[in-house]
Amino acid sequence: MLGLNKRDFTLLLIVIALAGLAPFLLNPFPEGSAMAQFNAGYPDLMQKFVIYGIFAIGFNILFGLTGYLSFGHAAFLGVGSYSCVWMFKLLGYNVMPGILLSILTSGIFAYLIGVVSLRRSGIYFSILTLAFAQMSFALAYSVLSNPKFNLTNGETGLQVYSNDPQWLHSADKPDLPHLFGLSMRATHEMQLGAWEFQFNVGYYLCAVIMVAAFYLSIRIFRSPFGMMLRAVKSNNTRMYYTGLNARPYTLAAFVISGMYAGLAGGLLSAVDPLAGAERMQWTASGEVVLMTILGGTGTLIGPVLGSGLIKYFENIFSKINDSVLHSWFSFLPDGMEDFMVTIVHPFVGKGWHLTLGALFVLIVIFLPGGLVQGGQKIRGLFTGRTEAEQAAADANQSTPAE
Amino acid sequence: MGILEVKNVNKRFGGLQALGNVNLSIRENTVHAIIGPNGAGKSTLLNVLIGKLIPDTGSVMFDGQSVLGRQSYEICQMGISRVFQTPEIFGDLTVLENMMIPIFARRDGAFQMNVIGAATNEKTIIEQAEHVLESLNMADKRYFHSASMSRGDKRRLEIGMCLSQNPRLLLLDEPTAGMARADTNNTIDLLKQIKDERDITIAIIEHDMHVVFSLAERITVLAQGSPLVEDTPDKIKGHPKVREAYLGESA
Repeated sequence: MLGLNKRDFTLLLIVIALAGLAPFLLNPFPEGSAMAQFNAGYPDLMQKFVIYGIFAIGFNILFGLTGYLSFGHAAFLGVGSYSCVWMFKLLGYNVMPGILLSILTSGIFAYLIGVVSLRRSGIYFSILTLAFAQMSFALAYSVLSNPKFNLTNGETGLQVYSNDPQWLHSADKPDLPHLFGLSMRATHEMQLGAWEFQFNVGYYLCAVIMVAAFYLSIRIFRSPFGMMLRAVKSNNTRMYYTGLNARPYTLAAFVISGMYAGLAGGLLSAVDPLAGAERMQWTASGEVVLMTILGGTGTLIGPVLGSGLIKYFENIFSKINDSVLHSWFSFLPDGMEDFMVTIVHPFVGKGWHLTLGALFVLIVIFLPGGLVQGGQKIRGLFTGRTEAEQAAADANQSTPAE
Repeated sequence: MGILEVKNVNKRFGGLQALGNVNLSIRENTVHAIIGPNGAGKSTLLNVLIGKLIPDTGSVMFDGQSVLGRQSYEICQMGISRVFQTPEIFGDLTVLENMMIPIFARRDGAFQMNVIGAATNEKTIIEQAEHVLESLNMADKRYFHSASMSRGDKRRLEIGMCLSQNPRLLLLDEPTAGMARADTNNTIDLLKQIKDERDITIAIIEHDMHVVFSLAERITVLAQGSPLVEDTPDKIKGHPKVREAYLGESA
C-alpha cells in the first residue's frame, strides 16, 4: 500500500498511531499522583518529540545510509529557524510560508556546505562539517547582528517586534503563529476522571509533518537511490569501479537531510517564534548524532525512538530535584533517606546528562544496533529466533515485494 | 595493435625504479598473464593500467584513448573492469542487490547515474540480476548477506558483477590469492567458461603458476620493473631467463 510493502506499511501505521495518540500515551499517570511528574503529554514537550524526530529521521538518511557522519547538522536547524522567523517578521504569522522557506534556505545552505565537505570522507568530512557549523554559529551569534545589517539579532535571538512590516497580517488573525487562522497554541483539554489530556494544534501540525517525513524516508530507504547510498557506505571502491561517481549521490543525501533539519528548525520557530544562535552550536549537532545511534543507526524507526528518549530525559529527568527525592525515600529511616538521596542526586536533576551518558555507554556496548536491536532481542525471546534468522526472514519477505 | 598499449612507462618511488621502460601490448580477445617474482612491479603496473598511478613518462592507451589521469569510474565506463586481490563487493548488501547495482549503473547499453526515475526499471533490473546469478549458480544465495559468503563465492560474485557490465577488458589482480584449492579450481573453471563464451580480453596478474598455465595464452614476465620476456606459455615454461629471475643465478 502507498508503494510500501506490508512490513513497512505496518511500521508507518504504528508511527501514525503513536503520533496521533501521544497525548494519551504520554500521560499514563493521573493528575496529582506521585508519578504525575513522569507525564510527558504536555504540548511543549510533545512538539519537541516530533520535531527532533524529524531532525533525526533526516540525519539518519545521511548517516544511516551513506555512513557520512556530519557534525554540523545543527547549522541547518538554525538556518531553518531563522528563515521561518523572518517570514513571520515580513509576511505575518502564518506558518506555511515560514516552513517552506526554511526547507528551501537550508537546502541551498546544505548544498553549499556539502559541495565542499564531501570532497573528503571519514573523520575529515566530520571535521569539515563541524567547522562550517561553528562558523555559521559565529556568524549568527555576532557577525550578522550588527546595527547596520541585523539578520540574526545576536544573543537576544530573532523575534517578531511590533514595528515589523508583516505585510500579510490582518487584524482578524491571531497575533501568534497560526495555520490559516488556527493558532498554534490552541489547546483542547479533556478531563477523563483523574486524567487530563491536552490536544494542541501546534503538536498535531508537527505530528502530521513528521508522519509525512517518515513516509518519505521509508520511500528513500527502499528506493534504488537508497540502495546506491547503502552501496556507498558498504564499499566506495567497488562503487567507483562499477562506473558510478558516488559524489552526486552523497551530495543528494546531504542536501535531503539538510532540508529535513531545516524543516525541523522551521517547526521549532512555528511553535515558538524565537530563534537563537545556540540552536546552531555543536552540542546541538552532537545531540542528533546521539539520538540516531541510541535509537539505531540505519533503521527506520530508530531515530524517532532515540530523539524521544533524549528529549524525555532532558525534560523529565532534569526536573527531579532533591525535594522530590526526599519524598520518594521518605519511607526509609532518616539516615538512610539522606544517604539514598545523596547517592541518587548526581544522576537526576541537573545531572541527567550523567544518566544519559551511562545509558548511551551501555547501549553502544551491549546493543550496537540501538533500541531497535533491543526490540528485536525481546521479540526473539518470544519467537525463539535469533536476530540473524529474523533479519534473513525479513530480507526474504521484503525483497520480492519491492 | 593491441586493445591496451603501454609505451615507455617509467615510474620511480624516491630512489626505487618501480617500472623501467615498460612496453606491453595486450591483444584483443586473448588471456594475457603478467607474472614475476615479488617486487617485480606487477602491482605498480596494474595501478598504472587503471589510471590510479600516473607514470613519470610514457603512455597507456586503451582502444586509442589515454587512461592516464582519469577517475576510476571513467575508466570503468571506457570498458575496463577490475577484480581485486581481496574481493571488493558490497558486503552490507544482499547478493541480489550486489548484482543489481552494476546493472543499474549500465542499463540500456550506457552508463547512467539517474536512479530517481528508475523505479519503473527496477523490475527488469531485478530479473536481469537474477538471470546473471543463475548463470553463476548463485541463485539460491540471492538473499544472503554477501559478506557472509566464502572467499570463492565472493570472488564469483565479483567477477559476475564485472561481467554484467559487458566490459571489453577484465583486469584480474591475483584472483585466487588466499583461496582453498577447490575454490581456486572453481575460479579457473569460471574464467575458462568466460573466455569461451564471450569476446573479452582478460589481463591477469598472478603468483600461482597452476592458474597462469591453465588460462593464459600470452605471458609477460616482469623482473625488477621491466618486462623480461613475452611469449606463449609453452615457451615460457622452459625459458632460462625466467628460471633465473625466479630462482636466482645459482639455478
